Amino acid sequence: MPENKKPLDRRNFLKDGLRGGCLAAFGLVAGSAAHKNKKVDMVWQIDPYTCVACGNCATYCVLEESAVKAVQLYEICGYCDFCPGYLEPKAALDSGAENELCPTGAIIRKFIEEPYFEYDIDESLCIGCAKCVKGCAAFGNGSLFLQVRHDRCLNCNECAIAAACPSGAFRRVPADKPYLLKTADHA
Amino acid sequence: MIRLNKLTIGLALSLIFGAAALGIERLYPPPDFVETDHVMPTPTTPHPRQDIYEYIDVVVLFIALCVSSFLVLKMRSRRAIFVLMLFSLVYFGFIREGCVCPIGSTQNIVLSIFDKDYAVPLVVLAFFLLPLVFTLFFGRTFCAAVCPLGAVQDLVLLRPVKVPRWAESTLRLIAYIYLGAAVLFAATGSAFLICRYDPFVSIFRLTGSLNILVLGACFLLIGVFVGRPYCRFVCPYGVILRQLSRISKWRVTITPDECVHCKLCEDACPFGAIREPAVEWTAADYKKAKRRLALLIVLVPILMLAGGWMTSGIKHVTARMHERVRLAERIHAEEMGQFTDTTDASAAYRATGQPIQELYDEAENIRARFGVGGWIFGAFVGFVVGVKLIGLSVWRQRTDYEASRASCLACGRCYKYCPREHVRLEKLKETTGKI
Repeated sequence: MPENKKPLDRRNFLKDGLRGGCLAAFGLVAGSAAHKNKKVDMVWQIDPYTCVACGNCATYCVLEESAVKAVQLYEICGYCDFCPGYLEPKAALDSGAENELCPTGAIIRKFIEEPYFEYDIDESLCIGCAKCVKGCAAFGNGSLFLQVRHDRCLNCNECAIAAACPSGAFRRVPADKPYLLKTADHA
Repeated sequence: MIRLNKLTIGLALSLIFGAAALGIERLYPPPDFVETDHVMPTPTTPHPRQDIYEYIDVVVLFIALCVSSFLVLKMRSRRAIFVLMLFSLVYFGFIREGCVCPIGSTQNIVLSIFDKDYAVPLVVLAFFLLPLVFTLFFGRTFCAAVCPLGAVQDLVLLRPVKVPRWAESTLRLIAYIYLGAAVLFAATGSAFLICRYDPFVSIFRLTGSLNILVLGACFLLIGVFVGRPYCRFVCPYGVILRQLSRISKWRVTITPDECVHCKLCEDACPFGAIREPAVEWTAADYKKAKRRLALLIVLVPILMLAGGWMTSGIKHVTARMHERVRLAERIHAEEMGQFTDTTDASAAYRATGQPIQELYDEAENIRARFGVGGWIFGAFVGFVVGVKLIGLSVWRQRTDYEASRASCLACGRCYKYCPREHVRLEKLKETTGKI
């Protein structure tokens, strides 16, 4: 480009200066951000102790099938025969499909030994509606709770569920510890 | 044996309140398996899936920017730019599903400046800075062929109509206001507006909320006639790129060497970025413009003050973007007896047992921040409007047909319109033919 005409020199000089200034500013932003960064990326997760099981997770996720699923922490579970997360509260003790709480039948009931039953989540069916979580938290040990499943989560910048969460249970956690599971000895 | 029957459920119900008060988590003791040696499983915790991909993204972005700059400035081939654009659309758009994108990364940078607890991921930082640096040297080659949002709009542009210069310039104010708002809401930690209203993300993901899908469809429909409406009138990142492109070291030139004033390129640009040679003003015009300029320079601070005063004045409205403020207002309304029921959010807050006054104070704090932010936002918008007006009263020397430094999206459509380009290509053919 023939831009080395005399009258343009001052303008070019100014532009070079401005460009240098911009580069310095970028460097400043990069430096301060890198300084703050602990080299750990952040991902979304649900704090199970703050979650109110409102059901927004099932509908607000940008994925057709929410990235949030119910998780069973077996060591807290009471292995109840009548599981309040599995059956309708008013149901007779009859594990027929019409009495199941889960709308998709994602909870699998398995007999272990008298009188214990194990409850597993079939993740391919779970939609994260939190109906079981609500039941288990209200009448049981609270061993069922919601977690963002990171094999599905897109880690959106503006998580649509986080924006809709009524209790502020959604937060960013370090990616090297991406789950907030309940603990057995939590008071 | 039935471990639990309806009676015990009732018992448990009454128990639960006592248990909750004591903070006891477990109503039923864990089982001790005596008959079988059943081992309790542990829940699976699949790893976040993006780790390596994100670093690959940065590398791909860098290479794409290099290639785009080469194609735009050196090779001057619209066809090659188009192919790269398709690649970016498929890779950044459909494969990587439109996230991370440099447009949205602006908010992460802003949030990390204002929130000391939020560290911006290095990948996001790279996505924010790389296109800026490239624009500083090569012009908006990012917009040309790397941005998936631009690519999807470029594809549907079939019947471009000319937008009058005044309309173009006025509509562009939306982008400045959008940038200001995005920064304001990101800085206060309320929302990531750009991501929330990204019109094409549901097209890239082939899923998402219906509203956004409709918004995206509208943009594409308009985009059939008006070239890249999002890029030109809405894109907040484009606003930053415009300013950097003004001082870029190299840039798109319509002609490879000299302009012969054939006027053939006048209608080449679907984005209204070609500027014709400047017409000399008459002495009377010049005098009038000079007076107007003096007036406008005085007007700028007034506009800034007025803008700041107005936006900070409506801080009660703008602060509602923050969920804590919404919650505080809801609980206040409940306390005043305007509602008899509670929402999930207000019930959840009451369940924590925190005093309501604490929430009110927090909300008041956020409103104060929106007050300050409103001053800055309003002053910024006032400044932009003022500078735009000043631009009308300044005569700039332009002897040739040129691509506007700021508005040119470096798409390469105009090259073929220039007869000098054909001469260049002919020469190129001869030399390569001889070799």
